[in-house]
Amino acid sequence: MIWAGVLVASASCYALKLAGLSLPERWLQDSRVQRTVPLIPIALLAALVGTQTFSTGQHLGLDVRAAALAVAIVAVLLRAPFLVVVAAAALTAALLRLL
Amino acid sequence: MFTGASQFALVGVIGAGGSVWAGAATAALLGSRNALYGIRLASLLDVRGMRRVAAAQFVLDETTAMAIARDDPRQSRFAFWATGLALFTFWNLGTLAGALATHALSNPKVLGLDAAPPAAFLALLAPRLRSREPVAIALAAAVVAIAVLPFVPAGVPLLIVALLVSLYGLFRRVA
Repeated sequence: MIWAGVLVASASCYALKLAGLSLPERWLQDSRVQRTVPLIPIALLAALVGTQTFSTGQHLGLDVRAAALAVAIVAVLLRAPFLVVVAAAALTAALLRLL
Repeated sequence: MFTGASQFALVGVIGAGGSVWAGAATAALLGSRNALYGIRLASLLDVRGMRRVAAAQFVLDETTAMAIARDDPRQSRFAFWATGLALFTFWNLGTLAGALATHALSNPKVLGLDAAPPAAFLALLAPRLRSREPVAIALAAAVVAIAVLPFVPAGVPLLIVALLVSLYGLFRRVA
């Protein structure tokens, strides 16, 4: 079941790329579509940050992940590279759990 | 699947207890931007047949950024293929290493690995927040997703957010 979902998601992601290269330009050239599509990843990534920090399953809660996110925000503001941001957050959570 | 944000999102939704289909839908929605990249790249790359089938897999944030930053079309094409090949090789080797290493980890929480995905999503999000509107959208999306989370199945908050932002994008007035 999981693998079926993975395959469907993979096929969709590939089809979207191929569609962009193949479809006639004017089909996707509509200015409203052009302005809307870039907003979708912004909203989804922000929603993922929020839900994965402040929830466990279907319960909301505050734990060391919030502190880790704060550290990640500081790292991003300092323009740290991707891996440094991720490692800093993980390290923060690990150290706080040790206390 | 070779597009990082979608891979992380699919794993994230399933890991949070969501249905695999909600995860797949989120992954596909995150991949929709690649279609727009494809449109920009189509005239630049001018690929047909099998070359187009191969090129499509390399249509990503990084390859698009590298390709459109060149003035000369030949350099553009080189930048696209070189970036794509390098990323494809190392990304998938890294993914394989991660998959094999999971058996060595008893409890990912001890290493703070449950705090890693939000930080990764944040790092992917940050370069897109260059003006006031995307920042407002990001904050609103996070608030909405957290607010509806206790009331709907896992993964569904993301789909609600995707629907709302699409409606906003299509119906807002542009000066």
